[in-house]
Amino acid sequence: MMEPGLYHILFISAGLFFIGVYGFLTRRNLITMLMSIELILNSVNLNFIAFNKYLWPGKLDGLFFTIFIIAIAAAEAAVAIAIIINLYRTHRSIDVEDAEQLKY
Amino acid sequence: MPNVIYILLIPILPFAAFLLLGLFGRKYIKNGAGIIGTLCMLIAAALALYIAYGYFFDYGKLDGVYRKIIPLKYNWLEFSPGISIDMGIVLDPISVMMLVVVTFISLMVHIYSLGYIKGEERFPTYYAFLGLFTFSMLGLVISTNIFQMYFFWELVGVSSFLLIGYYYDKPSAVAACKKAFIVTRFADLGFLIGILVLSYYGGTLDFNELIQRLASPESNEFKTAIASSFLGLSAITWGTVLVFIGGAGKSAMFPLHIWLPDAMEGPTPVSALIHAATMVVAGVFLVARLFPVFAISAPEALNLVGYVGAVSALFAAVIACTQTDIKRVLAYSTMSQIGYMMFALGVSGYGGEEGLGYTASMFHLFTHAMFKALLFLGAGAVIHYVHSNDMKDMGGLRKFMPVTHITFLIACLAIAGVPPFAGFFSKEEILLAAYQHNTSIYWIALITSGLTAFYMFRLYFNIFWNKEHHAHGEHHGEGGFVMMMPLILLAIGAAGAGFIHFGEFVSSDGAPLASVFHLQFSIAPVALGFAGILVAWILYKKQNDKPDKIAASVKSLYIAAYHKFYIDELYLFITKKILFNLIGRPVAWIDRHIVDGLMNAIGDLTRGIAELIKGFQSGKVQQYALYFLCGAVGLLLLFIYIWH
Repeated sequence: MMEPGLYHILFISAGLFFIGVYGFLTRRNLITMLMSIELILNSVNLNFIAFNKYLWPGKLDGLFFTIFIIAIAAAEAAVAIAIIINLYRTHRSIDVEDAEQLKY
Repeated sequence: MPNVIYILLIPILPFAAFLLLGLFGRKYIKNGAGIIGTLCMLIAAALALYIAYGYFFDYGKLDGVYRKIIPLKYNWLEFSPGISIDMGIVLDPISVMMLVVVTFISLMVHIYSLGYIKGEERFPTYYAFLGLFTFSMLGLVISTNIFQMYFFWELVGVSSFLLIGYYYDKPSAVAACKKAFIVTRFADLGFLIGILVLSYYGGTLDFNELIQRLASPESNEFKTAIASSFLGLSAITWGTVLVFIGGAGKSAMFPLHIWLPDAMEGPTPVSALIHAATMVVAGVFLVARLFPVFAISAPEALNLVGYVGAVSALFAAVIACTQTDIKRVLAYSTMSQIGYMMFALGVSGYGGEEGLGYTASMFHLFTHAMFKALLFLGAGAVIHYVHSNDMKDMGGLRKFMPVTHITFLIACLAIAGVPPFAGFFSKEEILLAAYQHNTSIYWIALITSGLTAFYMFRLYFNIFWNKEHHAHGEHHGEGGFVMMMPLILLAIGAAGAGFIHFGEFVSSDGAPLASVFHLQFSIAPVALGFAGILVAWILYKKQNDKPDKIAASVKSLYIAAYHKFYIDELYLFITKKILFNLIGRPVAWIDRHIVDGLMNAIGDLTRGIAELIKGFQSGKVQQYALYFLCGAVGLLLLFIYIWH
């Protein structure tokens, strides 16, 4: 069994990232879009961890950044869900197509 | 020496009354407003008399010549060394005389208005405006600096505007106040340019220095100014002529007189104060103030003053014979009398016996203020009584208004030049001065003096005799004590002011001028005056058809005079037809299509671009994200391209 190298992990990370972007652009449900954003963030986390482990094994900077991003993501999810709940109260829907009044 | 505080208080007191009544009058001191204004004026008038007494009999003379005393001079704005605007006080015979005249007439009008304006809604405002006017006029006469005078000159214009438009709900009053302001403002343009020309060549704005430099042939400034000429006239002549245009506008000289008759839309006491006794003589005062420059350095300008004055005097007298609105008759009579003062200056020389015209002009200014204020206040009492300005609605009032009748008669005799009333003496001096220097002006003046007597007595007979008056029962009498007292005081002035030996106090160079009196010389004008009165007596004492017959026999002249020789129409034609069409409309077109067009084009361009790109703001979150992604990828590609 072969030890996974940096490129494998970067490949997975890139895949995760584009899945997230695709989901964000195509899904109409706001919860699903939020989940897509989490996927993008996690792909970034994976990158940080991988670079930390393979290029600067003695340092912890990448680790700190990852923890920091997880904390931010949690806060962001809380805010986003609050917005979605409010949107649901006014529009009776969490479809992003229904929330497009904010325009010219 | 005079106490500066006392002199300062004379203009400051009316100004204080203006501030007090203007700020708090309508809310807090509604009923006391008139009393406060009148008390301020009373103190100011007393101080003015005190100063005049001191100046003329105590400290004014030095070696037998009245000198200029400058008790206060404050350097206010300095443009360059030498040219500065100072605020100051000058005491010389004419300014002291004007202090007395202005405060006295203003006091009379203040007292009179207590009865006349009583019960008006804007009573305090009226007194506030009167205070402002008196302040500005007093500031004008004590100016040491030509620019200081210009400030106060504009201030009297503003207060005149405010007071003419006092009945601001009457469209004719609004039109009249605008007309007065615009016409005098237009003339003031000439004044301002004149100031600039004179100060450029004189190198100073101070009256004293200006006169010293420009009226003495030895000075360098004089030589340069005389040498530099434009269209054949020297710079001094141009400067003085331009200054005179300002004075002619304010003094309602032909052809800038059109505002004065319309100004009669204001309350009658205001007409008495501003448009008869004080403000309208500001132009005469201005010429008198700069008199040495006119007389020594710019004889052409002085000639112009003389002829403009003479033409105005005759022109206005002819119109006055046909008007039926009593205030308009008085307005034209004022214009005619100011014409007298102007040409008296115009025929005068500088110094000694030559300066008789100057003395006569100031003398006439003094006596005219008395009897013309009296005439206006009397007319005000009549209007108050019959509620009409038109002499057709009057007649036979002598039994109903005895005090007004007698005082009005005294004023009419004074203006007609009947001895021994005030107007006789001053008019004799003017005629004598004209006779000695310019015969054509003398003849014009003589004819005018006959006409004056005629139209004044036409007015008098039409108001107090002619048809019988039918009392309407609800009449409120002649007006109270406050309205009669100023009439009586002014009547005393109009009857007795002529006995002052004016030449001893006021003369062109300050040295006393012996009053010369030629009995045989005064026969012609007095006879003409009596003839005028007699004609008026025949035509108007009893109601008859003779005036109409005479009017019909000189129909075209009568109609032309009745319509004021169509000067107003001429002005309207020039402004509306020529100026508006040839200048106004093209300029408006340029403004609308080129200036505005440019701005509109910029606006349209911005809006068009916005219209094109606003579709990006669709409100769809995912679209934005897509744009963002495309941008990020584009930038990425760009960076890769650059780095490789």
